[in-house]
Amino acid sequence: MRQTLDDVLLPVAAMLAALLLFGLFVWLGGASPVETWALLFKGAFGDWFSWQNTLTRAAPLMLTALCVALPARAGLVVIGGEGALVLGGLAAAAVPYLMPLPDNLIGTALLCSAGFAVGAAWIALAGALRQYRGVNETISSLLLAYTAIAIFKQLVEGPMRDPATLNKPSTRTLAEGLRIGGIAGADVHWGFVIGVVACVALGIWLVFTARGFSVRVVGGNPRTAQLVGLPASRLILLACALGGGCAGLAGAIEVAAVHTNANASLIAGYGYAGILVAFIARHNPIAIIPVAILFGGFGAAGSLLQRRLGLPDASVQVLQGIAFVLILASEALRGVDWHAAGARFRRSVPLDDAAPLAPVVTP
Amino acid sequence: MTADTTLALFAAILGGALRVGVPFLFVSLGECLTEKSGRINLGLEGVLVLSAMAAFGGSYLSGSPWIGVLVGAGAGAALALLHGLLCTLPRVNDVATGIALMLLGTGLAFYLGKPLIQPQALQLPPLALGSWSDSPVLQAALQVNPLLPLGVLLAVAMYWAFGRTRWGLLVRLAGDSASATKALGYSVGGIRIAATAAGGAIAGLGGASLTLFYPGSWNEGISSGQGLIAVALVIFAHWSPLRCVGAALLFGGAGAIGPALQSIGISQGYYLFGAVPYVLTLVILVISCRPGSVARGSPGELSSTR
Repeated sequence: MRQTLDDVLLPVAAMLAALLLFGLFVWLGGASPVETWALLFKGAFGDWFSWQNTLTRAAPLMLTALCVALPARAGLVVIGGEGALVLGGLAAAAVPYLMPLPDNLIGTALLCSAGFAVGAAWIALAGALRQYRGVNETISSLLLAYTAIAIFKQLVEGPMRDPATLNKPSTRTLAEGLRIGGIAGADVHWGFVIGVVACVALGIWLVFTARGFSVRVVGGNPRTAQLVGLPASRLILLACALGGGCAGLAGAIEVAAVHTNANASLIAGYGYAGILVAFIARHNPIAIIPVAILFGGFGAAGSLLQRRLGLPDASVQVLQGIAFVLILASEALRGVDWHAAGARFRRSVPLDDAAPLAPVVTP
Repeated sequence: MTADTTLALFAAILGGALRVGVPFLFVSLGECLTEKSGRINLGLEGVLVLSAMAAFGGSYLSGSPWIGVLVGAGAGAALALLHGLLCTLPRVNDVATGIALMLLGTGLAFYLGKPLIQPQALQLPPLALGSWSDSPVLQAALQVNPLLPLGVLLAVAMYWAFGRTRWGLLVRLAGDSASATKALGYSVGGIRIAATAAGGAIAGLGGASLTLFYPGSWNEGISSGQGLIAVALVIFAHWSPLRCVGAALLFGGAGAIGPALQSIGISQGYYLFGAVPYVLTLVILVISCRPGSVARGSPGELSSTR
């Protein structure tokens, strides 16, 4: 009970403190903090239009957060989700070059599976390098991400470029029937639903299946896992592949629902924001859903801050950075016994206010 | 390929190694100092970008590039100090904190550096090391960053300090055994905070050489992961400051292949050549790491190599 309370209260308190500090930060730059907070809320959750923008941005965030959370549950810190995302998007855009696709849902499913497979392979590579070669997965996944972006740019501006795109090199646009549309005519596309379903399914998988449980054992205590004979390497690779697949799927969905082709706009930092989302959600797939919506909201509010208050477009990034630092620092407060701490504090302070309780009546 | 193009290609790669290698040198020296004390700072990427912006701003506002260099080092030290302090808190993981500071540092740099994208700041004057040669390509290639000799000196000084001075030995002690440090009555946290902040200041010099020498302007794509490659570079250099010099120049040269080929008219695969440093780092890691064993020269307390 106490632990669940900490799990919820600490991140919430850290987020509030981050918003407070961010207000102070913009105030130092001469902007009104109250107006900034109001615009953050308005741009994120103020009306239906903002909500649509928020949920559209939350879709890839949920999936890239899973790319951090699942390996983390197996004991790995993987931060190269951006690489899996861009390659997933590239793979989805590449499928129509390689084979004729049915112009319907089956074709879309094929695109998404291609994205999933490529993303899964990319992050599994980082996991395999760690398991079989002892290479630190945090560094290797990030190096792989930079490499992936180079491959993406090379192919999009080279062999896969649609000659009709002059200013902004892009691949050929996907056929109408292959794209992922909005839910019931809204701007929010089905990718959001896919993200939620992925979070819920993987959350259930981790908690209620033997395989998911084994992954958590490997992450929680590798020695125990070894003693009970769990195939640690295979489980770690599975967690990496599932996570990377989710990030690749995010790229495929962004291509099929938002950009309609693969171009440089796909490299928008969703992979990096996903790291933050996963850490705040404490690598719990279910908790990722609300956190991703919150940060999707901040992303959506960014342009409003830029237009109304003239803040630089990086202000959301500053807010994210502050939030991340405070979330990690709040771990230090976990399990602190507040009663004991309070008692210690009261003992150390001279009790001046004790005097009025026992007034000395002078005759 | 004629002799002239070969010379041009060689000069371009050599010049590129000297230019591109300098930021690598400083970040890897900074990371080396931090890791010697037993902590890893992935946030050096953020430190690099923030200090690059601060150095450019300092030079632009004060009119002296050297003041810019100092401002850059100060900004780097401040952000790294934050990393050092945060990691001292109980239950705070240094790898995660590094990622957070990477986000915060780049965010702050882009936010505060927005007005600095247009103007030109005074640049550091180049040292003409190529005056002995009559080939203009070589002369151009050997116009080196005045911070490069400083970096080499610093590497030698660090090598000497780690072996011979009380401070250097204390840093290594904290990195190899926290309990021994405590037993001798020193504060592990204090030593690590100081080493992390000093490492940030050194990395800040690398940021300064990005905006004040090469490429010599401030924009949001100024760093392309040099701060992270530094972590791998230090592993490659087996935590030796002297080997960091060679490793940094090697990586600088690898990063210069793409532009060098472009300068002699080969522009195919430009982006792929840009990825050479990353792939090279990965290959080196794969070769130099062994599963289940600690890398040679690695500080015993380091979490990343266990």
